[in-house]
Amino acid sequence: MMHGRVKVKSTAQQEEEKRKEKEEKLKAFVTARDAVLKKRSAGEHDEEALQLTRQLLSSNPDFASLWNYRREVLLQLETSREKDEVQKLYESELHFIEACLKVNPKSYGCWHHRTWVNTRLSQPDWTRELGLCDRCLSLDERNFHCWDYRRVVVKESGVSVEQELQFTDRLIGSNFSNYSSWHYRSTLLPQLHPQPAPDSAPNTSPSPTTSPQAHSHRVCEEQLLKEYELAHNAFFTDPNDQSAWFYYRWLLGRAEREEMISCVYVSREGERVSVAFSKPVHAQSEGLMLVLDGQPQQVEWRSTHPRLRHSPVWLCDLPPGSISDISNEHNLTIHWTEKHTHRDCALYTGCAESWCRDSATDQELFRSELSVEKSSVLQAELQSCNQLLELEPQNKWCLLTIILLMRALDPLGHEKETLTHFQALKEVDPMRSSYYSDLCSKFLIENTILKMEYAEVRVFSLSNKNLTTLCHLDQLLFVTHINLSSNQLLRLPPQFAMLQCLEVLEADDNAIESLEGLYHLPKLEEVSLRNNQICKLSDLELLASCTKLTRLDLRGNPVHRTAHIESELSQLLPLVTALSL
Amino acid sequence: MAAEELPSQFDVVILGTGLTESVIAAALSRVGQNVLHLDRRNYYAGNWASFTFNGLLSWIEEYKNQQEVQITESEQVWRSLIDEGEDVVPLSSVDSSISNLEVFCYASEEEEKEEEAKGLLTSCQPMNAETVSEETAGDSTVTGDDATAADATTQNEEHKFSEPKEEQHTSDISEPSQSQEEKDSQPISSPADPPVEVEKKITYQKLVKEGRRFNIDLVSKLMYSRGALVDLLIKSNVSRYAEFKNIGRILTCRNGKVEQVPCSRADVFASKQLTVVEKRMLMKFLTFCLDFEQHPEEYKDYIEKPFRDFLKNKKLTENLQDFILHSIAMVTQQTLTEEGLKATQHFLRCLGRYGNTPFLFPLYGLGEIPQCFCRMCAVFGGIYCLRHSVQCLVVDKASNKVKAVIDTRGQKISCSHFVVEDSYIRDEQRRSTVYRQISRAVLITDRSVLPSESDQQISLVTIPPLESSAPAVRMVELCSSSMTCMPGTYLVHLTCSSSGTAQEDLAPVVSELFHVSTIPGEEPSEGAEERSKPAVLWVMYFNMRDTSALDSSSYSLPSNVHVCTGPDGSLGSDCSIKLAESVFQHILPDEEFCPPAPNPEDIIYDGDGPQAEGHGFEESVNTEAEEEGAAHEKSPSTESSEPAEMDSVTQQAPSDTTPSTEE
Repeated sequence: MMHGRVKVKSTAQQEEEKRKEKEEKLKAFVTARDAVLKKRSAGEHDEEALQLTRQLLSSNPDFASLWNYRREVLLQLETSREKDEVQKLYESELHFIEACLKVNPKSYGCWHHRTWVNTRLSQPDWTRELGLCDRCLSLDERNFHCWDYRRVVVKESGVSVEQELQFTDRLIGSNFSNYSSWHYRSTLLPQLHPQPAPDSAPNTSPSPTTSPQAHSHRVCEEQLLKEYELAHNAFFTDPNDQSAWFYYRWLLGRAEREEMISCVYVSREGERVSVAFSKPVHAQSEGLMLVLDGQPQQVEWRSTHPRLRHSPVWLCDLPPGSISDISNEHNLTIHWTEKHTHRDCALYTGCAESWCRDSATDQELFRSELSVEKSSVLQAELQSCNQLLELEPQNKWCLLTIILLMRALDPLGHEKETLTHFQALKEVDPMRSSYYSDLCSKFLIENTILKMEYAEVRVFSLSNKNLTTLCHLDQLLFVTHINLSSNQLLRLPPQFAMLQCLEVLEADDNAIESLEGLYHLPKLEEVSLRNNQICKLSDLELLASCTKLTRLDLRGNPVHRTAHIESELSQLLPLVTALSL
Repeated sequence: MAAEELPSQFDVVILGTGLTESVIAAALSRVGQNVLHLDRRNYYAGNWASFTFNGLLSWIEEYKNQQEVQITESEQVWRSLIDEGEDVVPLSSVDSSISNLEVFCYASEEEEKEEEAKGLLTSCQPMNAETVSEETAGDSTVTGDDATAADATTQNEEHKFSEPKEEQHTSDISEPSQSQEEKDSQPISSPADPPVEVEKKITYQKLVKEGRRFNIDLVSKLMYSRGALVDLLIKSNVSRYAEFKNIGRILTCRNGKVEQVPCSRADVFASKQLTVVEKRMLMKFLTFCLDFEQHPEEYKDYIEKPFRDFLKNKKLTENLQDFILHSIAMVTQQTLTEEGLKATQHFLRCLGRYGNTPFLFPLYGLGEIPQCFCRMCAVFGGIYCLRHSVQCLVVDKASNKVKAVIDTRGQKISCSHFVVEDSYIRDEQRRSTVYRQISRAVLITDRSVLPSESDQQISLVTIPPLESSAPAVRMVELCSSSMTCMPGTYLVHLTCSSSGTAQEDLAPVVSELFHVSTIPGEEPSEGAEERSKPAVLWVMYFNMRDTSALDSSSYSLPSNVHVCTGPDGSLGSDCSIKLAESVFQHILPDEEFCPPAPNPEDIIYDGDGPQAEGHGFEESVNTEAEEEGAAHEKSPSTESSEPAEMDSVTQQAPSDTTPSTEE
């Protein structure tokens, strides 16, 4: 026989014991809870209440009602105690909360209560609170409850921005995958190292010709170079970690375009004014004023499509007869009073229409996505990224960042490389291939717009570019011909109704199912939609709102199988004289 | 007297309390084997032991005396105990595993004047009861060691929680069993406020006076956080008896300059000496190593070639090749690719489990670990005697198996297996008497080889061979919060495989990295280059026999004698743990090796209801112990009792540790 062998309880015995223990605990908890709630409804605010809630909260710190009750009790006790005693009361409360945080460091109730207790103290010990945050964050660096609380502590105690920046240094040093720390850094840097104000005096009367980009939240170049290095260190160490890449993209800058009226278009036909803004607005609430030949006009602004409540393009009709006479010259001004900006437009004798706008040069329109940095800096960054790409040809973050840098530097010059990189991106990250397709479509449309700008034409061709989506349609306000053939479009979105001057639409060989955007296009005469996916007659109903439409090509669409299609269509669109099915 | 007699029968007698023997003892006892565990020394752990500074001085003294004293053997004593059909295999009574011991002191010998006035440190109580027992207890038991081991927190959790605190860390978790007074005094002398100490010159007197603060290991090893030892500590619940600190950084020495080796992701990110491209190359290579078996095409052409060539082929810069070869894989120029990859992989898999490096170090020194296993053995009924050895084995001629041993007191104790540490084996039983040797140096220095923000880091320093013929040297620098040296000093261990004496092998490295003064107490002249190097206050060189390459075929002994080789020269302890497991399996092929020890509250004690359990067990063991005359381990229920009770236990401890069996 083996003596000395220790006998151990069987699993069943252990489990039974545990079960009993649990049961007893539950019973005790429920009894105490009921007692506390009864006390509260009886309005009793005494020491005993603190004691009872303490017991319950130490095992379940997430019981919000109990914290509320405690606050009531404490406020009550405050009125009847000496200052010293009150101080002690709250000090012990802080100790108690700390114990509760050990049970659950992510308890909303605890952190909220702690914030409250500090407001009751005449001189809260912020150093201790900061220490508490540090300890909590070192255990779980992504505990957002603690981050939130820390922000309060930092604000209240006036910790210097410099110290806070060092704090992020430390956190990033111990784990650079923690985006909370990078983000915090991005809020501190502009405070500590702001970009010096530009030499030119601040614009007292912003005119549409000044730079459309606002340089807010930027960091001085010297510091920026250090930050680029920090980000390089992170993404060269681990190129698959997104935190550093996001921070890097923030560094490269996301300038906001200045808010302005980018275009005013006026047409004698229909006596209509179209206004394009630099961002989607709600015209009725923006304080727009239209002045015609020195006379403010009462006009009603409407968006180009009922589904667009916020839109970059708004329309209004002038009072009948006000500009219809082609032998008269008119001066039109749109004031955007909210933003203290305006735009003039002159309609000369003999002209049926007129517009006034800035030339949409690349710098102004599309670089805002990435950077306001000097191109020499961007060039250097592009080199670094290319170096990394050589080592990591499969890295999606690197590929995408390179694409963005190339766009910031020279979108047209880099178009071919950009397309190759997009192809690579779709292969290495197939889960997001649709996103990349849409992004690529966007860039191609931007490039086409830029080319059009240089050529100053009103004919816009986007055929055969693998487009999956349409965007920047507000930039195409006065385009008369658009060719979207041979792409992968599924719809003409509501924004398509912004093409107020459109006369001819070619969209053959796509997969278009919806024509939502062909809505009240006053000049649209011809639409070619061969080989698309239009199935139902109802999909074509909106075309009736385009009153000038006379030619419609629907060959190769499933809709031709609909019974009596021809007669139905001629009833729906009586003006269409050339219909191909 | 009956109390002096040991029981005459055991399942297994184990001689030697080094790591391997102690693990075997714990494993056997855990599954119900009746174990007698002996050691001829008056301290635990054999060549794995840790000493206070004063304890080490006595050890050195003993070593010197042993060289002179002729051992006389008293065959007559046991002759009479041998029966018909029995043969005798005598064991060695001399330990010759240590050689070439040299000691040099560079600390000033003069008295300090202000010392008494300061009094901060001198007022401190003895560090722990264990050191007391080491020095005073003769034929003693593990009982005294309760003092170090009462905390049952598992090592895992312990670490997670204590890691971020860094400085407070050690004082927080130190010595749960210290008396309240000691606890209070701890923070005063804790590493958190060393400036006073740093400024002061440390004299030899000071080292002696503060000697109890040192825990100087004879063997310098670290624990790979996913190595066999850590796994075993966790699996067996033995981890509850010890506490650990992370190694903070890994350093290397290149061109005479000490620099940090970037080995974790955070290190690579923060490294100032690597270019971003190097960072990428290094990370890429390390990521590949993590699952290199999945990509055989990457290295198949290099299987027969050195790892170094493979690194070159991977277009790693020389910088990176050095880091990987010497500091991460820690292999030699000749190591083949696959072994190098495996070593790198092991290193990487250990990263991040407990911190930024792959290594842990037990607080109070490596000597704690064998004692933890002894304690486990004692909990399950093992009997311990120090300063108590075996003179000879009694072999049954017919079966050629050991059937009994005759101890140094002339008692014949029968057993079915005998486990023994190599140093007890006589040359006659060996097939070869040529050994490998390990060269060791132990230094006490006044500052870190690479001062940084935190002066309380343990550093592993890998030193590539200074000349191509010289061996690579491994250095471990321990800070005072590891509880191995007094505040204001660092304890530095150097280890390499020997090509000459320890001093010949290691003195060049010591003078490369440290300031070794020519006159004791002399300060390096101001502004000199030497000024930047830490000064050596005290140094000891010795060689230790490395028997790790031996196996059962190296001895001519009966098949139920299991020889445990001593510590090997490698950084980890895997070799010793694997040996322990294989010996255990040899003895008990059908039993599990070190299954988790049950929680004390789950142990059932005969005839007692659950309420009385603690008491019942203690009493029964007490009685047994009195009868057998051997002191015993405290019952596990006492360990797990509430802190209040624990204190009272600790207070009793000293009386337990002064047994009547002292010779």
